[in-house]
Amino acid sequence: MDILSFTALELGKMIKEKRASVLDAVKAVIERAKAVEQEINSYVTLDEEGALKQAEEVQRLIDSGTLTGPLAGVPVAVKDNLCIEGQLTTCSSKILSGFKPIYTAEAVLNLKKAGAVIIGKTNMDEFAMGSTTETSYYGPTKNPHNTAHVPGGSSGGSCAAVAAQECYYSLGSDTGGSIRQPSAFCGVVGLKPTYGTVSRYGLIAYGSSLDQIGPVAKDVSDCAAILEAIASHDTKDSTSVKRKDYDFTSALTDNVKGLKIGIPRDYLGEGLDEDIRRAIRKAAEVLEERGAVVEEFDLSLVQYAIPAYYVIASAEASSNLERFDGVKYGYRTPDYEGLHNMYKKTRSEGFGAEVKRRIMLGSFVLSSGYYDAYYLKALRTKALIKQAFDRAFEKYDVILGPAAPSTAPELGKSLTDPMKMYLGDIYTVAVNLAGLPGMSVPAGKDSKGLPIGMQLIGNSFQEKTLIRTAYTYECATNKQYVVPANIGEGV
Amino acid sequence: MKHKISDETIDYVGILAKLELSAEEKEKAKIDMEKMLDYIDTLNELDTEGIEPMSHVFPVNNVFREDIVTNGDKKEEILANAPLRKEDRFEVPKTIA
Repeated sequence: MDILSFTALELGKMIKEKRASVLDAVKAVIERAKAVEQEINSYVTLDEEGALKQAEEVQRLIDSGTLTGPLAGVPVAVKDNLCIEGQLTTCSSKILSGFKPIYTAEAVLNLKKAGAVIIGKTNMDEFAMGSTTETSYYGPTKNPHNTAHVPGGSSGGSCAAVAAQECYYSLGSDTGGSIRQPSAFCGVVGLKPTYGTVSRYGLIAYGSSLDQIGPVAKDVSDCAAILEAIASHDTKDSTSVKRKDYDFTSALTDNVKGLKIGIPRDYLGEGLDEDIRRAIRKAAEVLEERGAVVEEFDLSLVQYAIPAYYVIASAEASSNLERFDGVKYGYRTPDYEGLHNMYKKTRSEGFGAEVKRRIMLGSFVLSSGYYDAYYLKALRTKALIKQAFDRAFEKYDVILGPAAPSTAPELGKSLTDPMKMYLGDIYTVAVNLAGLPGMSVPAGKDSKGLPIGMQLIGNSFQEKTLIRTAYTYECATNKQYVVPANIGEGV
Repeated sequence: MKHKISDETIDYVGILAKLELSAEEKEKAKIDMEKMLDYIDTLNELDTEGIEPMSHVFPVNNVFREDIVTNGDKKEEILANAPLRKEDRFEVPKTIA
């Protein structure tokens, strides 16, 4: 069997039992990446030399019995908005050209402690602003299941790399659906944890009150194991939460008997592809057959999540991105007259169109005279949305729905109408506003053969309920929807 | 309500955002912002009277710690990222005439 076809946990076990070496695995993914990158473009940086060096070191620590975890020796890819000391970190933006952080993100440090080998940094929408990975300064990533389509975004590189077997798993970040939507589009498993579960230290901020780092994996078991490795309470992130439980893999049980699942009627209405609607209903039936109690209900306020999200996220982005001014790191315009002209020219040349659009909107809604009408109104709406979820979770353990209203759109069709692109976030953004955990699990393919993802939403800190539900579904369907992409036949 | 963004407003937002837009970009930015604001206005359908703005979903408080330096001297690595440096300093254009 091809070493690339193993899951992260399977590979970890093989390495532990000395049936494979870390170097074998690293060489295999790098070879794979070299073969398909021309076509897929998952990576901004593929660090072959560094990965080979890490492989040697990690193998030594495994052999000496120092590294014993289930992910020791397994190659991983990291989204390019996570800082790694001394390694190019770009956020897929021109403005961070040449930036090499002086410290490593806590989530990545946690992975290193677990014995991960970091293969490279993955492509993304510039500063995580976008739903297609087409706003990257380094060119778009293609969907490995059909390279005429986008992989979704903003963690498109991370999801495509897993689907194309260019790594065994990856880290993404999710501000409004940026892990769940590309996971759905690429047919992989992605999870956005409860806000505060994974430290944001070293994650280059977009919307600080919404951003969470999470795993992208080949299956549910890997996803749980990765979350277990990266979640931690970190005093360097003041929003980090000390949780009662970090043992996410203990939830990998094939049992949903009596579990109450609610499907929001508002998530199956107008605007949803028929193929996806059918897949979601079928998934609900599968879980029902396994003993879950499924019913439909009205979540309400669904149509207000997107406008509230874009006000809040843009406001926070306009503030967070002020630091990019051509002084401390990254790009500086070659010609300028005086300090303010240097700032303005640097930022105007360094940021792409979508980033500028959101900085402008954010600056506007925070400006005097508009702050109450827009920013505070959005924060009040957020409170109402949180209340709607609270009411739902009084009745249900899990909310089930689609991850996105359509499967992956064709390349080049989304950026011309930003409003339309924003509407694609309809089922994901509310989860970020309410700080809840959400998960995307492959649940079929549409008539064109593109993956469909179902989304599971849990109450705060109930990742384990999501993992148990997803695992039961995966067992019941025999992993039939979790298949690696078959890239361009000839490759 | 249909929003109309004036030239003055877009110039003012440009100052706040520290962005220099070309005439063409400005026109496009005006249209984009008008569209977005019209859409955001759907929030006005919601009665939020008496609802507290929620900036954080969990009741978190300030996190304090002793002000002790724990990281080492990384001056060289930090300055290595600067687009322009002068000895041990970041170099910026002259700000005082």
